[in-house]
Amino acid sequence: MTAVPTTPATATAGAAAPGSAGGRRRLRGRYLAVLILAAWVLLSVVLKGRDTLALGGAELTPLHTRLNEGMDAIDAGRNSNPLFLYFINYIRLFLDESVTFVQALISQPSFGRPVPVVGWLGVTGVATAVALLYGNRKVAALTAAGFAAFGLLGLWEESMDTLALTLTAVVLSLAVGIPLGIWAGLSDRVNRVVTPVLDVMQTMPTFVYLAPLTLFFLIGPASATVATMVYATPPVIRITAHGIREIPVNTLEASTSLGSTPAQALRKVRLPLAKRTIIVGANQTIMAALSMATIAALIDAPGLGKTVLKALQTLDVGTAFNAGLAIVIMAIVLDRVTSAAGRRVEAERRAGRARGPRARRIEVGLVLAAAAVLVYLSHVYVWAAKFPGEARLGSYVKQGAGAASEWVQDTLVTYTDALKNLVTYGLLNPFQSLLAGSPWWLVALVVVALALLLAGRRAAIIAGVSLVLLVLLGLWHDSMVTLATTLVATLIVMVLGVVAGVWMGRSGRVDQVLRPVLDAGQTMPAFVYLVPILGLFGATRFTAIIAAVAFAAPVSIKLVAEAVRGVSPTAVEAATAGGSSTWQLISKVQLPMARAGITLAASQGLIYVLSMVVIGGLVGAGALGYDVVAGFSQYPLRGKGLAAGLAIVVLGIMLDRIMRAAAQRAAARPASQ
Amino acid sequence: MAVPSLTEKSTPPAAAAGADDPPILDVRGLWKVFGPRADRVVGTPLAQLSRAELKHRTGCVAAVRDVSFSVRRGEVFVVMGLSGSGKSTLVRCLTRLVEPTAGEVRLDGEDVLACGERRLRELRRHRFGMVFQHFGLLPHRRVLDNVAYGLEIRGTKKDGRYERAREVLELVGLAGFEGSYPDQLSGGMQQRVGLARALAVDPEVLFFDEPFSALDPLIRREMQNEVIRLHREVGKTMIFITHDLSEALKLGDRILIMRDGALVQMGTPDQVVGAPADDYVRDFVSDVPRSDVLTLSWVMRDARPGEPLDGPELAPDTVIRDAARTVLSAGRPVKVVSGGALLGVVTTAEILEVIAGPDPGNPDSPGGESR
Ligand SMILES: Nc1ncnc2c1ncn2[C@@H]1O[C@H](COP(=O)(O)OP(=O)(O)OP(=O)(O)O)[C@@H](O)[C@H]1O
Ligand SMILES: [Mg+2]
Repeated sequence: MTAVPTTPATATAGAAAPGSAGGRRRLRGRYLAVLILAAWVLLSVVLKGRDTLALGGAELTPLHTRLNEGMDAIDAGRNSNPLFLYFINYIRLFLDESVTFVQALISQPSFGRPVPVVGWLGVTGVATAVALLYGNRKVAALTAAGFAAFGLLGLWEESMDTLALTLTAVVLSLAVGIPLGIWAGLSDRVNRVVTPVLDVMQTMPTFVYLAPLTLFFLIGPASATVATMVYATPPVIRITAHGIREIPVNTLEASTSLGSTPAQALRKVRLPLAKRTIIVGANQTIMAALSMATIAALIDAPGLGKTVLKALQTLDVGTAFNAGLAIVIMAIVLDRVTSAAGRRVEAERRAGRARGPRARRIEVGLVLAAAAVLVYLSHVYVWAAKFPGEARLGSYVKQGAGAASEWVQDTLVTYTDALKNLVTYGLLNPFQSLLAGSPWWLVALVVVALALLLAGRRAAIIAGVSLVLLVLLGLWHDSMVTLATTLVATLIVMVLGVVAGVWMGRSGRVDQVLRPVLDAGQTMPAFVYLVPILGLFGATRFTAIIAAVAFAAPVSIKLVAEAVRGVSPTAVEAATAGGSSTWQLISKVQLPMARAGITLAASQGLIYVLSMVVIGGLVGAGALGYDVVAGFSQYPLRGKGLAAGLAIVVLGIMLDRIMRAAAQRAAARPASQ
Repeated sequence: MAVPSLTEKSTPPAAAAGADDPPILDVRGLWKVFGPRADRVVGTPLAQLSRAELKHRTGCVAAVRDVSFSVRRGEVFVVMGLSGSGKSTLVRCLTRLVEPTAGEVRLDGEDVLACGERRLRELRRHRFGMVFQHFGLLPHRRVLDNVAYGLEIRGTKKDGRYERAREVLELVGLAGFEGSYPDQLSGGMQQRVGLARALAVDPEVLFFDEPFSALDPLIRREMQNEVIRLHREVGKTMIFITHDLSEALKLGDRILIMRDGALVQMGTPDQVVGAPADDYVRDFVSDVPRSDVLTLSWVMRDARPGEPLDGPELAPDTVIRDAARTVLSAGRPVKVVSGGALLGVVTTAEILEVIAGPDPGNPDSPGGESR
């Protein structure tokens, strides 16, 4: 307590009076908040179960029916409405055809043949050749091994379906995203228009737009492609724009002084210098596309995602694990190859190609020739077209994973159950009974009051409107259950984030160890998390929470670590010199000074948790997630599913706004306490 | 307002020296104001405000304020001033890398500011060349391709531009480094590439924006000599920006000194050192060994009656340091003679006076007449 309280004093030296008045007001606010919470707990006990607006799983409100009818109307207009006839249907046709075409090439029997045009040997050869020519030998070997693994796991066709969908979406995303990114990089005006749109695209939970998309593009590859593009295009736009923008003025000026036209400056200066950055953007887009392409199984996208989904629905951990493994392998291969390509571009940019143009041409020629031979073989011979052997490895993996899951569930049951019960009874149930068990008006009142106290009037208004919307959507009770899970998951994420983040931020060694793990965690498609967790905990709300935590924790940990590392070294040094213990240093200097970063970590963590709500619905979380999932599969429930999607968005906006406003308030006052 | 009168006085004789040639570059009343509504400053009472006051009142920065000068063909014209005085902005206005707010820039009589995009590019491609402080090389291109860049964008065929690029690389002493990449070269070598790139298009006027200030002193000296050599060999008009006075004195035929965007003094090196226009310039030149810059014409006096006039003869533009030994060993007044006419005499006293430093009482004692 010795060093820190001087900070605000010196910061507001000469303005002591208003500072202390603010402090008193703040203190009063805090008491009030505690008071409100206490009153809520009391009242909720008294009024338990009244006005909770609970709605059964198959029950509908008039709004849901109306939404259903509206969707029916859109369906009916598909072949008469000009918007469909002249616009949407063409896009759908184009996308469907594109995906089907790539599928015909690599995954599905086509052109009257029992096998695709290019068999496993050809595809593996081409992929390896690409990795070799754009990356290096190491990633080429990795690629070959990865593709062989798809076959060995018995998932060749599914893997190729996923790859076809991913590649189509990536090509389209890049075709749209790179030019748009360049434009946004060149023009401030375009940038100003594009940025908020991208913000919305990236923060909106992906599942929310899956259902409406199917309305326009029907269930199947077209919707999957559009959904994947919506999710995957923003990174490349942003990063390309950034790359174009950050070209040193010196270099551009030199080019202009020699009389280059704007087009020449773009072609000869900006694009070559931004190439590396654009590849980084492409990498992000590819990873996002793969993640989304697997999730798009929910709207019947072909591929590995579907295998996982089916297995999840039947709680077949072995099969789910097997397919999840294939997804992970694909993610690793795609990530490593594009990263290597980026590094190679950078190295060549700085020092030229390792080999002369002649040698390079020979190398390219040889590699392409070899790939062509493999393609030909796989086109002509069955052994090279269909992966040989009956996927023995795959069945071992399935059995092994299934057995392991059972064994783990059996032997660790005491521990997992203890953990599960601790969280469920200690945190989740109280939260849930408080939120979902009290009358809706009481909850709404409390939330608005708290928002007003902690985040200001604007946030309170937004909260009020959002809560009313939740009631109108007819999903109040489900929303509150989901809110409870979300809050618990976010709480866990933040505990993890602060503990691991501080640890990482304080120690370079820990950072070195943890960072690759977190990076890997972030590149994994969200689906994959579910499998081992499901294996451990079975299908419960708790499983959904853990999946969300696994998905959201890496981001939060990284952000906290960043913030802790960003604390001015002089402040740390001064506190250390003043004789603070490590614990004092963390709790009194580093954490308070990193507050802005920690709040950001919390709000990001929250958004990530929310985007897992629907996936949680697949593994037993119930509530809004279940409503959305049921809406995908059951015709009469699709109006309700749509409403549930909207409710998730509303929840997200409400929480995000309150957190941000509260964070701004926190940042506005000097770091203390 | 001593400044304009001095510049006015010093310009006519300077122009007279190259009298037959009209100036290659003529700049009149040039302004550059950065900030919101920058165009509403020039020509209003606001223009009279000091830079700080203008910034305070309007949020605009007057980077260049009403600067006029002209540059003769083949001259090395140095622009000097402290950091932030507007040198870079001035030189960028001349090629319109920065668009001037007001004024006139004429290249061989052609109004540069009135040029359209296309014509401006023509000028940049064929008549201007520029060397930058931070080089501005393209890291993804070999040295050869960097040097050939100017030719490439104006559409020269590959063979032609490579041949020319090799020639220029030879000229700047980088033969053998054609295939290297900028990051593989030292700072001095990178700036030689920058120089070669500017020279490759064979421009008439070369602009240098503090080209050597990122280099260490030894390399800097070497590069300065390089520029002197190049100037002798190719005879280009050069406009050279620096904040280093010794560099200015070493390279410049004439020096323009700026402060807060405005012109403070313009003249030959010995004029600047010998007759600083104000305290700013005096401060600037106070560290310079005056005997290295001033010539005999600055210190000679009329012969007194009865003085012996049989001493050695020296030209009036002999630098004092070079004359010192002769004067000291002569033991009597040394005659300063030009074209057979006796202009004055110099004795040990005058030499010592210069070496001892300026007398704060009458700083501009050594006469107003220039050579
Ligand atoms: N693009 C710009 N926008 C706003 N103000 C600018 C801009 N460029 C320069 N200035 C201002 O104009 C003034 C002159 O800048 P300039 O770069 O010409 O100085 P300089 O003499 O070249 O300095 P240095 O020796 O540091 O390079 C400075 O006060 C600077 O802040
Ligand atoms: Mg400058």
